[in-house]
Amino acid sequence: MRQQMPKQDPAVRRTNFDEVALGFTAEQALAEAKRCLNCKKPLCVQGCPVEIDIPQFITLLVAGKPDQALAKIKEKNSLPAICGRVCPQENQCEKQCVLGRKGEPVAIGALERYCADWGRANQAVEPSCEPECAVKGKVAVVGSGPAGLTAAADLALMGYRATLFESLHAPGGVLRYGIPEFRLPKAIVDYEVGNLKKLGVEIKTNVLVGKTITIEELFATGYEAVFIGTGAGLPYFLDIPGENLNGVYSANEFLTRVNLMKAYLFPEYDTPVRIGKRVAVVGAGNVAMDAARTALRLGAETVSIVYRRSRAEMPARREEIENAEEEGVVFRLLTNPVRLEGDERGNLTTMICQKMALGEPDASGRRRPVPIPGSEEELPVDTVIVAVGQGPNPILLQATTGLALNKRGYIEVDPETMMTSIPGVFAGGDIVTGAATVIAAMGAGKKAARAIDRYLAAKKEAGK
Amino acid sequence: MKIIDKKQLAPEIVRFIVEAPQIAKKAQPGHFIILRYKENGERIPLTIADYNREKGTITLVCQGIGKSTYEINRMEVGDSFLDLLGPLGKAYPIKKLGTVVCVAGGLGVAPLYPKAKALYEAGNRIISLIGAQRKELLIMTEEMAAISAEIHFSTDDGSFGHHGFITEPLRQVLAREKVDEVVAVGPVPMMASAVKVAREFNVPVVVSLNALMVDGTGMCGGCRVTVGGETKFCCVDGPTFDGAAVDFQELLMRQRYYQEQEKEAFHRCKLEEAGQE
Ligand SMILES: Cc1cc2nc3c(=O)[nH]c(=O)nc-3n(C[C@H](O)[C@H](O)[C@H](O)COP(=O)(O)OP(=O)(O)OC[C@H]3O[C@@H](n4cnc5c(N)ncnc54)[C@H](O)[C@@H]3O)c2cc1C
Ligand SMILES: Cc1cc2nc3c(=O)[nH]c(=O)nc-3n(C[C@H](O)[C@H](O)[C@H](O)COP(=O)(O)OP(=O)(O)OC[C@H]3O[C@@H](n4cnc5c(N)ncnc54)[C@H](O)[C@@H]3O)c2cc1C
Ligand code: SF4
Ligand code: SF4
Ligand code: FES
Repeated sequence: MRQQMPKQDPAVRRTNFDEVALGFTAEQALAEAKRCLNCKKPLCVQGCPVEIDIPQFITLLVAGKPDQALAKIKEKNSLPAICGRVCPQENQCEKQCVLGRKGEPVAIGALERYCADWGRANQAVEPSCEPECAVKGKVAVVGSGPAGLTAAADLALMGYRATLFESLHAPGGVLRYGIPEFRLPKAIVDYEVGNLKKLGVEIKTNVLVGKTITIEELFATGYEAVFIGTGAGLPYFLDIPGENLNGVYSANEFLTRVNLMKAYLFPEYDTPVRIGKRVAVVGAGNVAMDAARTALRLGAETVSIVYRRSRAEMPARREEIENAEEEGVVFRLLTNPVRLEGDERGNLTTMICQKMALGEPDASGRRRPVPIPGSEEELPVDTVIVAVGQGPNPILLQATTGLALNKRGYIEVDPETMMTSIPGVFAGGDIVTGAATVIAAMGAGKKAARAIDRYLAAKKEAGK
Repeated sequence: MKIIDKKQLAPEIVRFIVEAPQIAKKAQPGHFIILRYKENGERIPLTIADYNREKGTITLVCQGIGKSTYEINRMEVGDSFLDLLGPLGKAYPIKKLGTVVCVAGGLGVAPLYPKAKALYEAGNRIISLIGAQRKELLIMTEEMAAISAEIHFSTDDGSFGHHGFITEPLRQVLAREKVDEVVAVGPVPMMASAVKVAREFNVPVVVSLNALMVDGTGMCGGCRVTVGGETKFCCVDGPTFDGAAVDFQELLMRQRYYQEQEKEAFHRCKLEEAGQE
């Protein structure tokens, strides 16, 4: 039987920011690892965007060699402690696992996490590199989310001097400012960033590329190639009346205040966040679940998810929906906010919602929600968090002449080389695909690092 | 990020000259920076009040109105800010327009100065109108006088210049002669009334908005302001906007959202300071 990872009790965890899922014990890890059939043609590997040799690492775990198992994983994935926690495994590696056909798939993500946590606890030797060993050239990496972190790590391992430029004051991208502490402790992000530094990667925070320095200037100061991994950080709003009332947050602002600025420790930390008694979160993706569960932990009495489609269409990971439900988040489905109202001081008081019914399938293949006439209802709220998606941040894109974008405003790249319309400028992660996943961004960073190596090698060859 | 000069301009108003070569190289009138002065500090936006590309420095003028700005003003020469990000925002396009009236309220002179100076250097005739609550809070008067063809002052308590709000002298100037643009920077109610007066005379008016901000890079949307009926992000679309189109009422309400919490934090910080002494 598939092992169940122990979790904090819902009644307790909804009052703290400690990690919810506690990780396998050594016995559990061994029992779970033994379930793997060590397939000759492992389908699971095909489901992993970075193609971790899953049966091999699991075999090493069974053999009692977690250090070697971790090294095996690290051949393909430089951030296993993070992926083991936040990968949507059920749609990737575990979805393909043969055991899943008749019963339950191997808990690959949990085993990956186990190896990574073992390494951290036992101070496993991480790959490192002296600065002098970086001789193959200088590469600038813009944005320190999973795409940038991976590209920089791989470039360093290949012998390049990689410099990460990040506009915020701390590296990590969404891992830092978006995904909450109780799902991904920031100590893990710090540890992984520390490993990157050991590889000789230089990290420059507080640099907004496009404003502080342009891509042209990066080339002029000696960088031979640039990787853009700036993510999809521009929050979308609903475009309904009352959206600028006090108490209406984008999920980005709400989560940034809490995670990056640590508003949950106010006034020890100076940045405030205001959470009322009644919170409504609009949207039903991972971001919405994170916002809702964060609001509960900040002391809200009721937190509802307001979503215009039905349960079947909710894009969040099943596990996160279950976690949210266990903690007491209320789901108001087939409900669409149409207007927000406030008091004379501009503070939000009410969300006016319309009930929806599901009609014909739309372009996305999901059944289109249609309003039910005369079904308006009032929901008393003091905080609304809008989590209906993000787009590309225009600052760097507008400051860079000649950078081709697609119809949706994301950067266009050659799918093989990851190169943009500007020679020597590569891009990957959410800024190319739109909001996706941590592992997909890492995969893009990896691919781009290899392409940059090939590009610079070819250039040197041609220059000889 | 090291502070190389500090000068007290008025009670609780301090001018810092800070080493920031990369920012100085790019700074233009209208730009601002975001700084954090300590590990658990907030991200605080401050206008680049002047810059020196050769020396690689920028000038910041900070008014202590709450916990963070109060503590920033207690930093000394030789101290460094922990983080300094910039230049942020859209630069204010400098054109030769003719006569420009620069209206500043209180600390607004600091953010107004780089614009006024650039307008002056572009050949505009500058009329400066500077208001403050009382005489000792009038700052940067010499710098402004040096670029102005005419300069007038007002104080709320009548301790210097015109007794009353700065909008009165503005009305007089606009009634007297043809003006090509008004630039107004200061507290929101002051900008709102300057806009009202300018519109009465059909003179274009630009303002500089100070919405609450977190990242300053267009990532959080916390700085939303309504301009011409549309939602704009003050940090990337501004902070300079066409004053006639701004919803000042909303801005004022949004600025006050954290008032109670901020007061509490400031109070604690003062208590701690008192406790230490
Ligand atoms: C709340 C939340 C929860 C999520 N949960 C999950 C999950 O459980 N599992 C999962 O797989 N995915 C999840 N995702 C999605 C996932 O985090 C993203 O797909 C992934 O982080 C994208 O990585 P990236 O490297 O492309 O960009 P990002 O992580 O967005 O990083 C981009 C970085 O670039 C910086 N930057 C932007 N512009 C500039 C510039 N001009 N100059 C310098 N720096 C710049 C930004 O500050 C940021 O740090 C979640 C996303 C959010 C918001
Ligand atoms: C683009 C921009 C440029 C700015 N330039 C300067 C500058 O050059 N010099 C300077 O001294 N200040 C400037 N400010 C304002 C400055 O950022 C705020 O005063 C500061 O963030 C307040 O922090 P605090 O913790 O000290 O006070 P808080 O405790 O946060 O605030 C104290 C009180 O002031 C009000 N308040 C808070 N923030 C603002 C704000 N942004 N605008 C108006 N009222 C506010 C609140 O209602 C609160 O009750 C600028 C703001 C912006 C957005
Ligand atoms: S990285 Fe993600 S997809 Fe790949 S094996 Fe690990 S959990 Fe599965
Ligand atoms: S498909 Fe499943 S059983 Fe087969 S190797 Fe992969 S994890 Fe093991
Ligand atoms: S301050 Fe966050 S978007 Fe402007």
